[in-house]
Order: sequence, then C-alpha cells, then structure tokens
Amino acid sequence: MKIQRKVKYEEELDRTFSEVIKTMSGDNELDHCIQCGTCSSSCPMAVYMDYPPRKIIALVKNGFKDEALRSFTIWLCPSCYTCQVRCPAKIKITDVMYALKRLAIQEKVYPSRFAIPVLDREMSKMIAENGRNSELWVVLKLYLKSRKPMGLLKMAPMGLKLMKTGRMSLKKESIKDKKQLRTLLKALKEEA
Amino acid sequence: MSGYVYYPGCSLKGNAKHYEESILPVFKEIDLPLEELEDWNCCGATAYFSVDDSMAAAICGRNFSLAEKLEKDIIAPCAGCFLTLKKSKKFLAGGSEKARKILAALDKARCGYGGKVDVKHPLQILVQEEMLEKIKARVTRPLTGLRVACYYGCQLVRPFTDFDDPDYPMSLDKLMAAIGAEPVDYSAKTRCCGGSLTGTIEEVGIRLNYILLKEAKKREADVVATICPLCQFNLEILQDKMVKKYKDDVTIPILYFSQLIGLAMGIPKEDLGFSRSIIDLKPMWAKIANGGQR
Repeated sequence: MKIQRKVKYEEELDRTFSEVIKTMSGDNELDHCIQCGTCSSSCPMAVYMDYPPRKIIALVKNGFKDEALRSFTIWLCPSCYTCQVRCPAKIKITDVMYALKRLAIQEKVYPSRFAIPVLDREMSKMIAENGRNSELWVVLKLYLKSRKPMGLLKMAPMGLKLMKTGRMSLKKESIKDKKQLRTLLKALKEEA
Repeated sequence: MSGYVYYPGCSLKGNAKHYEESILPVFKEIDLPLEELEDWNCCGATAYFSVDDSMAAAICGRNFSLAEKLEKDIIAPCAGCFLTLKKSKKFLAGGSEKARKILAALDKARCGYGGKVDVKHPLQILVQEEMLEKIKARVTRPLTGLRVACYYGCQLVRPFTDFDDPDYPMSLDKLMAAIGAEPVDYSAKTRCCGGSLTGTIEEVGIRLNYILLKEAKKREADVVATICPLCQFNLEILQDKMVKKYKDDVTIPILYFSQLIGLAMGIPKEDLGFSRSIIDLKPMWAKIANGGQR
C-alpha cells in the first residue's frame, strides 16, 4: 500500500483560483456558500459524481484547483440548472461548472478520450466550420475520437429505428454564408 | 419587434422532424403562420459554452442579427436552443468587456446586433390567454380521457423562466386541459433527462429516463407530452433497454405537445408526424377513439 498525504498544505493551494472562476463564470456570490448541500441533493447526477456540487464549490472557493479541474463532476453536469435556481446564496453553480469545463480544456487537463469533452469539442468544431450540426456525423466523430468504435455497433439498433421512421439524415448540413462565420471567428480572435 | 420568425435548430431538421411537422400547422391554425429564419446557424447548445463562451455567444449573435433585420422576435421550439439563445442574449447585453468585443466582432462580420430581438418558446405563446381561447375554439376532437404526463424537462424553465415556475410549472398542463386531455399530477416534470449523456454514458441515460417513465406510469399516464427534442429522443429511444434492464414495462408513447394540440384541432393525424413514433401508438388511438375508456 502506498502511503499518501491526504491533506494539502496552505502553500499547495492556488489562492487566485476562485477569482479566476468568478470572472470566467460571471458569478460573484461564490464566497457566500454556506455548504448547505441544497445543490448536491437537487442534482440528478450527484450519485455518479466524484465530488458532488457542494464539494466542487468548496474546492473552488478554497483554491483546490487540480481537484476541481480534474474531476469527472464538471463533465457529468448536464446543465439542468436545478442547483442554480435553488441555491439560497444565489451562486451560479451551473455557470461555475461551465467555467471549470472551459478552463480544463484550456489547460488540457480533462480526462482524455472521455466521451463528454470529446462531444463538446467535436460539435463546436463542426458548427464553427459549417454553421450547422449534423446529428449523425457528430455521433460518428464522437465514437472515433473517443476511440470506442465498438460503441458504434451498439448504437446500430438505435440508428435503424431512426432510419425506419425517417428521422436520420446522412446529409452534412451547412449554412450558405460560411464566409461570414469565418470572418466572425477571425474578428473575434483579433478582438481578444 | 412585430411578429415572430421560426428558428428550427438542428433537431427539428433531424431526428425531431415531427416536432416541426406539428408545430407549423398548429401555429397556422391559430393565425400565426411561421416563416423560417433564412440561413440560421446552429445555437451551439451546451457544447459551445463548454469550450469557448465568446464564440458561443457570437454565433447566437449572428442569428439575432438575421432576425433583427426582419424586425421579428425568435420562436425556438427546442428547449436547448431556447436556453442557449436566451443565455447569449443576456451575455451580450451584460456590458462586460467580453460582450463589447463580441459585438464589435459581429459588426466587423457585417452581422451587427442591436440587442432588440427577444426569444420565445412556442409553449409560452400558446398559453397566453387569448391564444388559449383561440385553441379552445378550434378544438373539434377533444382528447377526452387521455391521461397526459406533461414533461417540461430542464432548460425551458431554468434558469430564465419568465412565464412559469422553475420547479413545478403548469403551463403545459393548462394547455393539455384546454384540448380536453387530462393532465396527471406528474412530480418528475422538471427532473432532467440527462441531455446528451444518453449518447456519451448510456447506462446513466437509461437510469435517469427510467425514473421519469416509472413516475409517469405510476400516475397512470397514457402518453408523455414533451416540449424539447432531446427529452423526446431520450425518453423514447431508450425504452426497450429500460424494459430489459429493470424488467419493468415502462413502454409509453412520447409525443410532442404540438402533435396532441394539432390532433385535437382536427388536423389529419397523417400531417402531424405520428408515423415517426418509435413506440406503438395503437393503445393510445384506441383510448382516444373510446373517449377515454380503455
């Protein structure tokens, strides 16, 4: 058995972390968390999380950057906003989760090949390129990029049902004015 | 802004064709025919905001710009689009440094946005008092005795609800009662279906959706009415897997609320996309034909 220290020393914490997340998420109430647990008890995904929302807020507030960014929690959040509307301290918990996802992607510390960040990135790429999302193609990309081609086989019966009812299209969707979208992307990069 | 322009989003052109096929005739029937927003782009859903919030808000800004030129507000039937557009609108109106930069970039790309466009969900239009009266007057085939579990899901009522309650909304229940159906007291009505988790971690999706259907069955619902393509898809496509996994027959039709309204208004069922249902609708048709008796 490997003996590991379970408690972090003060100097190992990132004291700027909560300010960074506040700015990124547009939330100003984070410090007012009273750890009541309303968020965790409201969360439909809490039973699957490594840290339920209450703990994530505590981690962020106290500078546990690594733990928060590397958690599965932020990717499991389905963005249902139940915690956010119920929080008595009015913390924008869902928006905090989004900020953590973005920072984890920026710092490349998200779980690699984990399907959820892969889906987020592939879908965004497709939209930036074509202006539209094509359901079938994004699913194909998801399985290829998360290196689970067998998953596609499992999906086949589902695909068949959609095909039979005329709900699956093989077409790659796209907007007409893709040039405008590219200009917008470029202009945004220049502004930033 | 005067009037509305229709923003389908990817789903209503994809797996949720029957949502489009039913919402358009219903709006026509109440004298609000909807035109599609020309060259709209995808809203980005939850994905884009997880990757890059500036670009996420910017692509929504392009849609606003298109609608603003027409001087119309946007109607978004997909709850995901509805939330994402609302969120971006708020973001762009927030006056932050980031918002200023995005607005400047939109100008540069010649899709400038002046902040005037509002975003509405069809449900919120249809439950307005005058519309409700209009619908009632148009009902020729009331769905008497049909027990409906009204499922709102998450993103329509949270966090930007301005027409209903975030925990226990009633607008869809009201609408279903107006067409003669019998809304059941459905306590899971705003519990999340898991959204895209069904595609990423299926076993979690099966569990979340099983909870929803089990509750609908317990309340003796004949059908679940949905207002969001992702909810509809998740609740429907996983049913055979739920039955197998939990050895519990939770099979139940999952329809769009607009299909039921259209049906009650006497629009032929062939024109409302019922044939796209994966679940067998025979028991439901029998119950409707018998005026609510099984």
